[in-house]
Amino acid sequence: MNFELTEEQKMIRKMVREFTEKEVAPRDEEMDRTGEFPYDIMKKMAENGLFGIPYPEEYGGAGADSVCGVITIEELAKGSASVALTLDAHWLAVDAINLFGNEEQKKKYLTPALTGEKIAAFSLTEPVAGSDAAAIQATAELDGDEWVLNGTKAFVTNGDAADIYVIAVKTDKSKGVKGISTFIVEKGSPGFSIGKKEDKMGCRGSITTELILKDCRVPKENLLGKEGEGFKIAMVALDGGRMHVGAMAVGLAEAAKDIAVKYAKERYAFGQPIGNFQAVQFMIADMEMEIEATRLMVYKTATLRDKKIRYSKEAAMVKVFGSEMAMKTAKNAIQILGGYGYTRDYAPERLLRDAKLLEIGEGASEVLRMVIGSTVLRSK
Amino acid sequence: MNIIVCVKQVPDTMDVKIDPVTKNLIREGIEGVINPFDKNAIEEAVKIKDEYGGKVTAISMGPPQFKESLKEALAMGVDEAILISDRAFAGADTLATSYVLAEAIKKIGNYDLIFCGKHAVDADTGQVGPEIAERLGIPQITFVKSLKLENDAVVAERLLEDAVEKVTVKLPAVITTTKELNEPRYPSPIKIMKAARKEIPIWSASELNADPEQIGLKGSPTQVVDIFTPEKTTEVEMIQGTAEEIANTLFEKLREKKVL
Repeated sequence: MNFELTEEQKMIRKMVREFTEKEVAPRDEEMDRTGEFPYDIMKKMAENGLFGIPYPEEYGGAGADSVCGVITIEELAKGSASVALTLDAHWLAVDAINLFGNEEQKKKYLTPALTGEKIAAFSLTEPVAGSDAAAIQATAELDGDEWVLNGTKAFVTNGDAADIYVIAVKTDKSKGVKGISTFIVEKGSPGFSIGKKEDKMGCRGSITTELILKDCRVPKENLLGKEGEGFKIAMVALDGGRMHVGAMAVGLAEAAKDIAVKYAKERYAFGQPIGNFQAVQFMIADMEMEIEATRLMVYKTATLRDKKIRYSKEAAMVKVFGSEMAMKTAKNAIQILGGYGYTRDYAPERLLRDAKLLEIGEGASEVLRMVIGSTVLRSK
Repeated sequence: MNIIVCVKQVPDTMDVKIDPVTKNLIREGIEGVINPFDKNAIEEAVKIKDEYGGKVTAISMGPPQFKESLKEALAMGVDEAILISDRAFAGADTLATSYVLAEAIKKIGNYDLIFCGKHAVDADTGQVGPEIAERLGIPQITFVKSLKLENDAVVAERLLEDAVEKVTVKLPAVITTTKELNEPRYPSPIKIMKAARKEIPIWSASELNADPEQIGLKGSPTQVVDIFTPEKTTEVEMIQGTAEEIANTLFEKLREKKVL
């Protein structure tokens, strides 16, 4: 066991940290206020190779490991949960294509996604089906050389901003999860349109929309993996996504802690800095302990992924533990800042709103506790 | 175009602390970073290479941990990096440092341009670049804010206190860079992967055939007698009166203190 980062992991961390401090963090407040997607930041991220860090060099990635991937998300999340979320959602779709795509699909879709020339999105959820993925209603039918997709997808992170969509629909309605298949759909395909843009509580610099598929025609060769393999593809991709949400939680909580610590040293009450009082110290101690615990879990999960060991349970654990930790940390940062913490002049209230997303998207805490609990019970 | 960039690693802090006994910088717990002006030097060298072709070599004299900065230089697009490191170099002032760097530059040979940052933010002397030029017997342009190549010459604008001076010199030449020269790029993740795995050669005093009289403490005529953090004092004076009176008094006081 070795808790030291490798030289490349340290260098990636330093690079992403510098990039975030200069290009991302100064924009987070404005993104939250306007709710506008930061296309210019995405362009800079593409120019600087941030979209492909933990993916193969032969398709335009940097060939770094998954630990570098979680470090990238963690560092970005220190400056903006929205921007980290955008990359997390991008990598959900990228994972699906990287792990299940054939050579042509990888050349055509993976390469521009890893260079950042094109943003990708992943879509499983529907207005009527989230945690219960088997209940999705959108369909695809083969018509000659094309699949014809119909239905409405909901809460698609990177909707509209993305050019490449990995969409899960039913190809066999008589079956449950085994009847689900995934397709790569390009923005602008006939019958593809963007529906409502969600006016979210937090992560407002990330874009979430509906997708409307109305006789949307995609070439036969855009089926990703095999017919009926869609649920498996989604679950494998979501393992990666949940790990990255854990990394987001670490970065977001670090940002909240930093503000709380700074304030605790500067704010005086009863003739001394409030950091001298145990009530405040204990909150900061909890922040430190829980952030570090989450970080270790996230890095361990990434190590399992690099060793090609199944990490579904670990991914679920970091997602639940991390998101709840981020909520608590942001909440206590508000508490330490007192009245100021409750205003929009200070970041903690924004971080709290951002953190709430982490408990919901990519598997709600409740359904993930079911995953963790049933896995433990099965293995004993 | 063969370019050599001299890089120094400096403590990443605005709050430099000095050990009161040894008079050395306290480096424990403080991360090292590339001297900011050296980043401009690296950027310019890599930009010129991208345009005209050739090779960029980064060199640094210092302890083994300076490798980190050389690896970052590689990740920014430098082709080769060499660490010049030997216990015998310890205690070097600018004269001894420029001697060692100039010897290394001669050993690399076949150079067209040598870039240094205008000064290092830790020791603030700004002498090493000009001294290298003197030792190599080639022209130098310091405080460069813009630069272009014309055949076998370099045309540069120097950022002086109250003026900009335009200078042309024949290659090879030494250039010292200001932050106005360019916007240094971020290291690229792909290059980070390669740089992290690259072995950085270390040149010692014997590999440079360095004259023992000219290196380290022995080769340094400058002796640091004492170094200390100036005591910070804050005096607060409340100015009373009407807004106009306050403004006038404040203006006078600032003028007295030569702030204005």
